[in-house]
Amino acid sequence: MERHVLVVFPHPDDETFSSGGTIAMHTQAGTPVTYVCGTLGEMGRNMGKPFFATRESLPQVREQELREACQVLGIRDLRLLGLRDKTVEFEDREALAERIRDIILELKPSLIITHYPGFAVHPDHNALGAATVRAVEMLPKDQRPTVHCSAFSRDAREKLGDPDVINDVRAVFDIKMAAIRAHRSQSEAMLKNLEEQFAKNPDAARRMEAERSKEAYYTYRFAD
Amino acid sequence: MGPIDKEAVQTVLNEFENQDLYLHLETTNGAYAAHRQESQLAVCAYIRNGRIRYHRGVVSGDGPFRVGLKMDQGWVYAEGLTDYEVDAEGRLLMAGHDREGRLAVALELSRTPFRI
Repeated sequence: MERHVLVVFPHPDDETFSSGGTIAMHTQAGTPVTYVCGTLGEMGRNMGKPFFATRESLPQVREQELREACQVLGIRDLRLLGLRDKTVEFEDREALAERIRDIILELKPSLIITHYPGFAVHPDHNALGAATVRAVEMLPKDQRPTVHCSAFSRDAREKLGDPDVINDVRAVFDIKMAAIRAHRSQSEAMLKNLEEQFAKNPDAARRMEAERSKEAYYTYRFAD
Repeated sequence: MGPIDKEAVQTVLNEFENQDLYLHLETTNGAYAAHRQESQLAVCAYIRNGRIRYHRGVVSGDGPFRVGLKMDQGWVYAEGLTDYEVDAEGRLLMAGHDREGRLAVALELSRTPFRI
């Protein structure tokens, strides 16, 4: 059992889609989970289906959805870094890493979950993952928590091999789905499409559920 | 936000003529476009709080709509606009949504800076 888990991702819903099951399993086991969320996903193009958010209302909508998802997942400590969607890679990486390092020093987590720099598709994912890895590198070797990185670029398996951590989250699948639904503006169109597909093809539905029931990570190996 | 009423939009564009305004202009096909389909290019551009002043603003087309803003030294242009709203702060928000309700283009004008 982990003592404290620190989750660092740039967008409201990254925590749910990539790690909702893992987070729920930790909170159910009584482990406190802190989510450091980089931005409010201000530039997301999903607005609900039918759309109910605008470019200008989206930040408040997504913050509210994030708070609901955190409640569903059992996250009691949510920290917003106040960065802006799509701009994380242009920030000063050392300064950003220092902010994350300060949170690590405050919470002393035993495990950090973030994106694998270079293998997480969205530039914000790669940039905040890199800043988080850098933050851990700033710590003396014997004080570094374990870092689990989510990687899903097309070349991840080829270049990194198979993930060494695969969490089976079937026991909390309903909680993960409830958190996905809480991110309504971002998940509504996707869920409606899925429902239509499932009606046509129940096998695909089962495969999708099996896929969502596994959350995979690479343990980050520090050079020194 | 609802379907563009051409006359209503034109009225607001006229009201905003010859004033210092803040502009939000963007287009995007999603950060995952290239990830989902390798032949695709993930494309996005945005300007937030560009300062502009135009002397002629026109909404054109039968839907989706186009808007052109003619300035002393240049143009602002957006195509594919489907929906609009004048929000509580008096800002003109226009956006183009695809069949999935996803925003593909936005053009917004305000007398005060947009929040960043």
